[in-house]
Amino acid sequence: MKNFQIIRALSSGSAVTNISKEPSAMFIAGGTNLVDLMKKNVVVPDKLVDITALDLKKIEFGTGQVSIGALAKNSQVAEDKSIKEKYPLLALALAAGASQQIRHMATVGGNMLQRTRCSYFYNTDMPCNKRTPKSGCGAIGGSNRMHAIFGASDSCIAVHPSDMCIALAALDATVFVEGPKGKRQIKFTDFHRLPGNSPEKDNTLESKELITSVEIPENNFTKNIHYLKVRDRSSYAFALISVAVGLDIKNNVINEARLAMGGVAHKPWRLTEAEEFLKGKTVSEETFRQAANLSMKGAKSYGDNAFKLTLGPNAITEALTIAASK
Amino acid sequence: MSKTSNINRVDGFAKVTGSATYSAEYKTAGVTYACLVGSTIAKGRIKSIDTKKAEWAPGVLAVITHLNVEKPAGYEQAKQRNNLGQPLQIFKDDSVRYYDQPIALVIADTFERMQYAASLIKAEYLKEEHTTQLEKAKDKSRNPGGDRAKDYNRGTEDAYKTAEVVLEAEYTIPTEVHNPMELANIIAKWENNKPILYTKSQGVEGTRKSVGNVFGIPPEDVEVHSEYLGGAFGMGLHTWPYEIAALIGSKKIGKPVKLVLHREQMFTNVGFRPYTIQKMGLGATKDGKLTGLSHEALAMTSNYEDFTEATVNMSRFMYDCANVSTKYRIAELDTCTPIWMRGPGEATGSFALESAIDELAHKLNMDPIEFRKRNHAEKDLEQNKPWSSKYLLDCYEAGMERIGWKDRKNKPGSVREGEWLVGYGMGTGTFGSYRNPTTVKAKFLADGNLVLQCSVNDMGPGTATMMTAIGAEITGIPTENVVIEMGRSGLPKGPTQGGSATTSSVGSAVHDACNLLVSKALGLATENPTFKNIPITDLTFANGSVSSKKEASKSVSLTTLLSANKLEELAVENESKGSEEAKKYSIYSFSVHFVKVLVNPNLGKIRIAHVVSCADIGTVINHKTSAGQMYGGAVGGIGMGLMEALEIDHRFGRPINNNFADYHVPVNADIEKQEVFFVNKKDPVSNPMGTKGLGETALVGMAPAIANAVFNATGKRVRDLPITLDKILEPIVATS
Repeated sequence: MKNFQIIRALSSGSAVTNISKEPSAMFIAGGTNLVDLMKKNVVVPDKLVDITALDLKKIEFGTGQVSIGALAKNSQVAEDKSIKEKYPLLALALAAGASQQIRHMATVGGNMLQRTRCSYFYNTDMPCNKRTPKSGCGAIGGSNRMHAIFGASDSCIAVHPSDMCIALAALDATVFVEGPKGKRQIKFTDFHRLPGNSPEKDNTLESKELITSVEIPENNFTKNIHYLKVRDRSSYAFALISVAVGLDIKNNVINEARLAMGGVAHKPWRLTEAEEFLKGKTVSEETFRQAANLSMKGAKSYGDNAFKLTLGPNAITEALTIAASK
Repeated sequence: MSKTSNINRVDGFAKVTGSATYSAEYKTAGVTYACLVGSTIAKGRIKSIDTKKAEWAPGVLAVITHLNVEKPAGYEQAKQRNNLGQPLQIFKDDSVRYYDQPIALVIADTFERMQYAASLIKAEYLKEEHTTQLEKAKDKSRNPGGDRAKDYNRGTEDAYKTAEVVLEAEYTIPTEVHNPMELANIIAKWENNKPILYTKSQGVEGTRKSVGNVFGIPPEDVEVHSEYLGGAFGMGLHTWPYEIAALIGSKKIGKPVKLVLHREQMFTNVGFRPYTIQKMGLGATKDGKLTGLSHEALAMTSNYEDFTEATVNMSRFMYDCANVSTKYRIAELDTCTPIWMRGPGEATGSFALESAIDELAHKLNMDPIEFRKRNHAEKDLEQNKPWSSKYLLDCYEAGMERIGWKDRKNKPGSVREGEWLVGYGMGTGTFGSYRNPTTVKAKFLADGNLVLQCSVNDMGPGTATMMTAIGAEITGIPTENVVIEMGRSGLPKGPTQGGSATTSSVGSAVHDACNLLVSKALGLATENPTFKNIPITDLTFANGSVSSKKEASKSVSLTTLLSANKLEELAVENESKGSEEAKKYSIYSFSVHFVKVLVNPNLGKIRIAHVVSCADIGTVINHKTSAGQMYGGAVGGIGMGLMEALEIDHRFGRPINNNFADYHVPVNADIEKQEVFFVNKKDPVSNPMGTKGLGETALVGMAPAIANAVFNATGKRVRDLPITLDKILEPIVATS
């Protein structure tokens, strides 16, 4: 591990000012991903700005939305009584991620910024365009069981690893950020990006911007919801495929549907076409299967991950069925 | 059940409170910190290695490579010492034989400085073409030689091919790694030109010998401490290059060196269960009598050292079959040498044999247990000897009842619980019951304690607890007054902990030494005035005192006896070994694992709903530690069945999941209900206690039990482990 400086910021303004002084400086909160990356020399910042003292831990319920501070712990949000009541999909997704110990450390903002779990990204002896631009993609033609089936490029087929973000994408959240140029908002579904020719960029944050909070609008997805995570073991494993479902059902008819997938793309994969299709439909397994098949349009596999083409629609159908039956 | 058969683990308190000292935890004055830098190619030569920046980094005491190493004296003397070949001689030359092979040792005054300096080392290589894929090395396979690996044939070769019902199938197991929680670690130092090691070893005496070989010194001059192990599963059966590196480093800087491998290095540098391809051919009559069995295995080894294990040997004796042939081959790959991993050989072999038996039973439309019963071996046909004891049928019965076997249907996919397909499967395991010569010193002290000494160590099964129980049982000294001294050189020589032989070997030695010690105490008592004219046969030893059998009032405490004779202690040192009588028998443990799985065919998800592991291990010395071993072995088998595989990117010859996030082992949530059952019947000849081995057979047979259960649930036969969800995701078609 390379030597580095660490300073503790006491306000978001001073955090941004401090980080702006040093080109390779980074924010650190829970550190559950960043410290791993530093230990493996994947990320080698000269300076860390510790933001854990900032007043960004609150979960505030307003009229028409909830605002979750970027430093709220994953476990704090997952176990919050009102979140469980009003945004149960988010609570479910959070609880599916990592382990309780990690959830106690990890923050909401940090969770959004966690890097891919692609093995080639983590091993500095391997080619990886995301870690070392223009070094090639090890996963293409290599071991890619975990990898993307949607929106990948010739330079990167890695997937975004978060569970929480899949729910936030489905729930139309908005990200609030503060940077050297001031404050701005980013639609959650625009926050993460596809790899294209610059897979080194995971998201649309600009240099030295700090996530301050995430806002989720009020919704009717409180009952017929499900977060299905398909993985290789029952706990502490990343999703092969996950599906976040929110259904607003009245008299067996779907008023509105929200669907997003994890483990399939470089970003949380929102299934808007299937959502439109489900609108106004009567609940039935056949309808769900059709929606699932619709969702798989454009899916492409790379060898080891071919099973995701079968697992994907099955998982969507299963998640919709479970959500509808609640 | 004896008084001591359910005692708590004697070192349990020390372990859970952290006071048990593991190798790297020994307080050592002036200790320095070292790590190994690994090669980034799988095969070739080191063209250049730049260590300057590292040498100049703050706190660095030494950087050792093949260019500046003072080669241990034994490097030149080394020859093929046995059929295991030659361990990697670290820093011997510029050759790179596998990915992450150590190419430099960095020593610094603090851990952080050492880590930083190591990151500054850069090497350039002359790459050569590597092979890490067994399928590509098939052509170069060979018989490794040695008695156990010989081609075997009984009756007519290939008789199975002409049977009424024939099964031919190929099975593959991937590379699996031991990865105990406690990393491989050592503190190495030299005093008076003699090495002292605090290291993670399963055999103190074995480590002395191999370290002595490397440095060209007699084993007696090597001091080894290895009392506690945080698991090993076989990886501590070899003296690894990291241990030699630490010794070389310590010698060079004249200070103690602490070296703990990174978790990633645990996947590349300290052995693994070898990738193995097996071909089975089985033939039976229509009514289920096995008429022929052929078992061939091809396993990987490294390009510098032969590794072999008894993969096919179980097929020679497991079933009553007149015509049996086995072949075992190895092929060299550019990796580290494999090393025995829990249930070695048999665990791999049983996956093929017990899957094939299940497949053939299915072809015969016969219950797989009924099929096994019809081919139950009443004696060992390989050695043509009677079993010393065999309660395998009892294990079948106990398991069937507990798992609810009656609910199983022969037709796959025909039982459901709600949305879930239900499957039942079982697999049989076995492992030889060995007994190795062991010396134990037993001492009565004036304070009433019984001290038992042996250099054997305890990698987790509860060896100290077993020694305590047997010592207390024989002498009548309360267990809390039994003191165990173990796990270091200088003590009476104990065996390596492996092959499920520790209780049989060490337990017998404790048993014998304690009996001799009691006799010696009685002998001493005959000279005491209280027992004047009482023959020794009328004396008895109980509760720390010698008494007359006929006149109980005549009793003298051991403390009094010792002080009357001006003795501080009464001691016996004795070597025990197996009896001639035992050689007339075939001594094996047997286990049967039963599994109930629930499968969601749409997601490929497999739930382990219930596991019952039954074993015939002779006498159970301690129910708690034995059950613990059986649970642990079964969980290891579940990992083998469902999750474990070291994935290699063969383009680079490198593992890609060499960390605990990506290399999966089961978590609690994966196993919903688990039970163990022991027949607990004494073996009449194995040893004085009548025990057989447990640690290995606890895992053997679990992986096929899962594969068989998955087949019963889904009709999908998976012949390549692990059974991950992508392998059973296909649409479910019920087969008849």
